[in-house]
Amino acid sequence: MSNAQGEVVKVSGPLVVAKGLANACMYEMVRVGEARLFGEIIEIRGGDCSIQVYEETEGIGPGQPVFRTGEALSVELGPGLIRSIYDGVQRPLDKLNAEFGDFIVRGAESPALDRKTQWDFVPVAKVGDAVAEGDVLGTVQESKLVVHKIMVPKGAKGKVSKIAPVTGNVDTVVAVIDTANGSREVTMVQRWPVRQPRPVARKLPPKETMTTGQRVLDMLFPLTMGGTACVPGPFGSGKTVVQHQLAKWANARIVVYVGCGERGNEMTDVLMEFPELKDPESGEPLMERTVLIANTSNMPVAAREASVFTGITIAEYFRDMGYSVALMADSTSRWAEAMREMSGRLEEMPGEEGYPAYLASRIASFYERAGSVVCTGSEERKGTLSIIGAVSPPGGDFSEPVVQATLRVVKVFWGLDDKLAFARHFPAINWLTSYSLYQEVVDSHCNEHVDAKWQENRRRAMGILQREAELDELVRLVGMDALPQTDRLLMQAAKMIREDFLHQNAFDDRDTYTSLKKQFKMLDVILHYYDKTQPALGEGVPLNKLLTLNVLEEVARAKLIAESDLDQFDALKDNISKEIDALPR
Amino acid sequence: MVTREYRTAKEIIGPLVLVDGVEGVTFGELTDIKLDDGSVRRGRVLEVNRDKAVVQVFEGTSGLSPENIAVKFLGKGIELGVSSDMLGRVFDGFGRPIDDGPEIIPEKWLNINGNPMNPYARDYPNEFIQTGISTIDLLNTLVRGQKLPFFSASGLPHSRMAAQVARQAKVLKTGEKFAVVFAAMGITFEESSFFIEDFRRTGALERAVLFMNLADDPAIERISVPRLALTTAEFLAYEKGMHVLVILTDLTNYCEALREISAARKEVPGRRGYPGYLYTDLSTIYERAGRIKGKGGSITQLPVLTMPEDDKTHPIPDLTGYITEGQIIMSRPLHAQGIYPPVDVLPSLSRLKDKGIGEGKTRADHANVMNQLYSAYARGKNAKELAVVLGESALSEIDLLYVKFADAFEDRFIRQGEDENRTIEESLAIGWDLLGMLPKSELKRVRDEFIEKYYPKKD
Repeated sequence: MSNAQGEVVKVSGPLVVAKGLANACMYEMVRVGEARLFGEIIEIRGGDCSIQVYEETEGIGPGQPVFRTGEALSVELGPGLIRSIYDGVQRPLDKLNAEFGDFIVRGAESPALDRKTQWDFVPVAKVGDAVAEGDVLGTVQESKLVVHKIMVPKGAKGKVSKIAPVTGNVDTVVAVIDTANGSREVTMVQRWPVRQPRPVARKLPPKETMTTGQRVLDMLFPLTMGGTACVPGPFGSGKTVVQHQLAKWANARIVVYVGCGERGNEMTDVLMEFPELKDPESGEPLMERTVLIANTSNMPVAAREASVFTGITIAEYFRDMGYSVALMADSTSRWAEAMREMSGRLEEMPGEEGYPAYLASRIASFYERAGSVVCTGSEERKGTLSIIGAVSPPGGDFSEPVVQATLRVVKVFWGLDDKLAFARHFPAINWLTSYSLYQEVVDSHCNEHVDAKWQENRRRAMGILQREAELDELVRLVGMDALPQTDRLLMQAAKMIREDFLHQNAFDDRDTYTSLKKQFKMLDVILHYYDKTQPALGEGVPLNKLLTLNVLEEVARAKLIAESDLDQFDALKDNISKEIDALPR
Repeated sequence: MVTREYRTAKEIIGPLVLVDGVEGVTFGELTDIKLDDGSVRRGRVLEVNRDKAVVQVFEGTSGLSPENIAVKFLGKGIELGVSSDMLGRVFDGFGRPIDDGPEIIPEKWLNINGNPMNPYARDYPNEFIQTGISTIDLLNTLVRGQKLPFFSASGLPHSRMAAQVARQAKVLKTGEKFAVVFAAMGITFEESSFFIEDFRRTGALERAVLFMNLADDPAIERISVPRLALTTAEFLAYEKGMHVLVILTDLTNYCEALREISAARKEVPGRRGYPGYLYTDLSTIYERAGRIKGKGGSITQLPVLTMPEDDKTHPIPDLTGYITEGQIIMSRPLHAQGIYPPVDVLPSLSRLKDKGIGEGKTRADHANVMNQLYSAYARGKNAKELAVVLGESALSEIDLLYVKFADAFEDRFIRQGEDENRTIEESLAIGWDLLGMLPKSELKRVRDEFIEKYYPKKD
């Protein structure tokens, strides 16, 4: 790299314009000023390069130097990612805290992967093996839950000439490959430019169910491994709680959580809670499978723009090992706003509401990096990457550009509703407007693996809720008493579905996660009640008696039945039948 | 560094001065603008492009002409000299004493923009603050390190309520150092003297630092006021180990000043003419609340904003709500009924309440009582609406009970005196007393053991 050096000519907030950067490329990283602030070239015009700077630019002025690095914004990929917390450009926040204090100072730098940690490399490939990009050379036990696969980096095709078990830091050479262009040493770490998707052999339609333990999601609006979902909602409607719940309970092997322009205290919450919480399958702390990216709202806006790319590149890297990975981005609106801010400073012609004209295509290309794939490499590993993006529309108005651009690409829509939130119905996901295009796939899976009545029950529950919404309008006009008795039974069933099934308390130890089996049984009990009461009404049992069965209290408490006692549901169904049968007619 | 003074101002647009032919100027630099009559105004570099600098003048540009000013670049950002002696003092919007007291001898100079707190260094806010106001303590609990704004509107008593919180707020532990930092942005003389008098009357002034920018003070100065206040607060909290309550009022005026500058710079506007970076800008204020691991002090923020047209979806309350950890919303109908404090309970929210309440913090039944009061009040309000359409006769017996409950709730729970400082036990007692109006079987959100223990026994 030539020591190409330019000079600042203009500073406006996070945007710096420099001249004299010969041969600089788009998205190349540069260091700005004597303080060597991180920046990235985002526009080249004549001899001037526009640079978005990831740190506060106070004190930068014309005449100060700009240094080229010759590399695009890249992340370090290797053992040590899990359990880390990074900022938007992959600086380790825990290390910065230890080295630079409680506040993030400018120009602070620390390697993304710790160079002190020793890892045990266990070879999988042998000397003489012909390997190509993506092939697994060996493994490292990164955390209790994650076996990190060391893969052949890009462009290193050839024969393994040297490989052996070794213990060392990530820079340790673990293998040597004889390529057409000479021998190449492979370490445990590789770098990848974040704006470039990591390649895959081919993409597959996402078919495998993702369970989240959240009843309204799994039962009504399910997501698949490799699918995409968006969670829009006004403030106070519980977006972040939904995202946290997914990060906690989704059955993905790896979770990458990107806090993009959100609250600092929320990230602290995650940091304090995840080491305590246990993964429902393995019993190990959730932190053992989690990578956190935290670029809170008060951290520099350009780094916020980069944070989702940093997150997704790390997620893709784990996908390439053949894992199921889930990425949560909270919130993509803040990301879009960061784009808007940079676009405004570049004096680009704005599109809708001041957002840049390329907003929709950027959002689409971000979500398109999700998917169920066959990974590169010769062994046909399958990996999945699911994206769940929160959207924070201004004023809760879903017609704004970010929500609309997102809805065009995602397959699952979990619409949060502040009216439900005010009524303290959580998760406040509106069952009338939300949808999932993976429903059929998941239904057939659950029919087979959970219960043959899964799809039927789900459809019936949805039907009851739809009908309730229609009847509600009527009730508001004429009062509940004016409804026919059969409709009042339906209203009761709908109320039970809402309160005893959909309502789920994220802060209750037992209610916070529900297995598919229990979800099915909970709903089945409510439908059983509905099925039993209808004929009873026909036989002349007074409506009032049916609406006030003692057993209903048990139904309301059914969410607290332990996962190990699911037989209790059958007893509960019996109790419902018995009590109804015993009523005088 | 050589002093760089230029008499080359070319244009003056709104609050901005464009200076030509400058050299070595940096972004964010502080400037002195000297008038020929000897007076000096302060400014800050907003943009520098080759040899042109755009300077934002805090005291406004009236009386300036390109010919009569010299712009001096000071080679540093805006700094505030901080000291423990600031307690008990009143400052203007630029940090200069205006209470006839002596100048402050700074212990330290701090850049008012601060640095973002490392999320890793944060400690989670979970210490209950008792404000003595039932609707906050029991239903929308405030915790140390939280930012909880008041969403008010013109004509509502948000100032009285903020003053009451400042007066009464305490943690259930004793012996800790406590301070109030108050930042007034564009409020009227009447409002500000209300606060000063209230602080003086109750003796709170001794442990308060006040920054005053009144309605007739330069609007652009409002940009720096909250940052001065928070810089002082950070110094007191993290270097002097004090628990600082920061009251910022009124953020709406701050945002309007920001809009003015943005318009003068001809930036592409976002919603309603506010700049696209309003969210980011507000977050650099609000996110300075918090606690740091291993440090004694904390910063709790109570920003006050008036919602234009009582509209919660207006960009200012909207973006604020996305950053802060909840909101206390004031209700005009309650105020019209003569209920103080007129807290609109249902849409108000404290996001951090769950970790600040319960056994060992407040009382074990707190969460249950809170949920039950909410749902009962919501049901009562619904029933009341229904009664308006259909007449009371259409209500079932139990719904009538809820209507009564809702009225009693507003009258006895929400309403309280301006000097009435209720302990959390007292608030809980009123809550239980009200729940006693409902049959036990209706209390589905309260665990049986608590019903057993606290449900009012009837003769």
